[in-house]
Amino acid sequence: MLLLRSPAVRVGLSVALATGLYGLSFGALSVAAGLDVLQTMALSLLLFSGGSQFAFIGVVAGGGSGISAMSAAALLGIRNGVYGMQLNVLLRPSRRRKLVMAHLTTDESAATASGQRDPDEQRRGFWAAGIGVFVLWNLFTLVGAVVGNAMGDPARWGLDGAAVAAFLGLLWPRIQAREPAAIAVVCAVVTLIAVPFVPSGVPILIAAVVAAVLGLSGFGPPTEGLEPDVEPYPPGAPRGGS
Amino acid sequence: MSLWGWILIACAVSIATKFLGFLVPARLLDNPRMLRVAGSLTIGLLAALTVTNAFASGQSLVVDARVAALVAAAVALWLRAPFLVVVLVGALAAGLARLLGAA
Repeated sequence: MLLLRSPAVRVGLSVALATGLYGLSFGALSVAAGLDVLQTMALSLLLFSGGSQFAFIGVVAGGGSGISAMSAAALLGIRNGVYGMQLNVLLRPSRRRKLVMAHLTTDESAATASGQRDPDEQRRGFWAAGIGVFVLWNLFTLVGAVVGNAMGDPARWGLDGAAVAAFLGLLWPRIQAREPAAIAVVCAVVTLIAVPFVPSGVPILIAAVVAAVLGLSGFGPPTEGLEPDVEPYPPGAPRGGS
Repeated sequence: MSLWGWILIACAVSIATKFLGFLVPARLLDNPRMLRVAGSLTIGLLAALTVTNAFASGQSLVVDARVAALVAAAVALWLRAPFLVVVLVGALAAGLARLLGAA
């Protein structure tokens, strides 16, 4: 009960609930893309990074090859390496804890921790969001996958439309400024131009190369695109520990 | 390789990427250029995934019921609807468009 008095823990748990609900749509869309329930759960338990998981099934749903799906997921996961480095500096974990902390590193746990000032609160925020998101994300993935499995033909239920909406929903919070919106438009156009000429899945990787070049050429502020899907500290809300 | 193989490789790569962040010296990754690339990659990939899921059918571009989902989702997001509502709106819009005769 003492823990619930910590502002970071409360923020972490509410982020976990909101993120967990994303898991419902991931589970349903994953089985609609052609993965079975066990494969879907393997992604949520082991890969455990929402954006990369959506990318993997998004490529598979479009008829892309396994290697394209894996590559898209890997590229989208690069930011997790950056979060890991930031959390390592911020929380200074013991060697033994690093592997567990690395697995619990997501947009949400990193953002919850780094939004706190007090080192103890940063630590509590990380664990609350990390464990909370892991448990609820997997629980809701399972529910979504089982329900999606029972629904049958994806097109009949508009699940292909749901996938489009899900990707736009993941992109939206990251393109609120002009530079990231420009990157999104350029990559979207490049993708569409490439579709007729290369196998399914490859246009997404071509867009990734273009995005990396745009990023390297110093286009836009350094932290654009690194916003969490669920913002732990919305503007105007009280910020604990500051 | 089977789909299972690629799933497990994707999982291993993800775990390695996260763990690597905890192992390497901060100065290797903590520079504006690396942050920018990680961020622009995220934006570029999500944008590419959005349009392929909306317009690609194999190797051809088509306009079908999924466009209704794209437009409806954009409106829902603009109205600040939560993620799950946006996804449901997308499904409803595509379903409705098919009911009205869209491919």
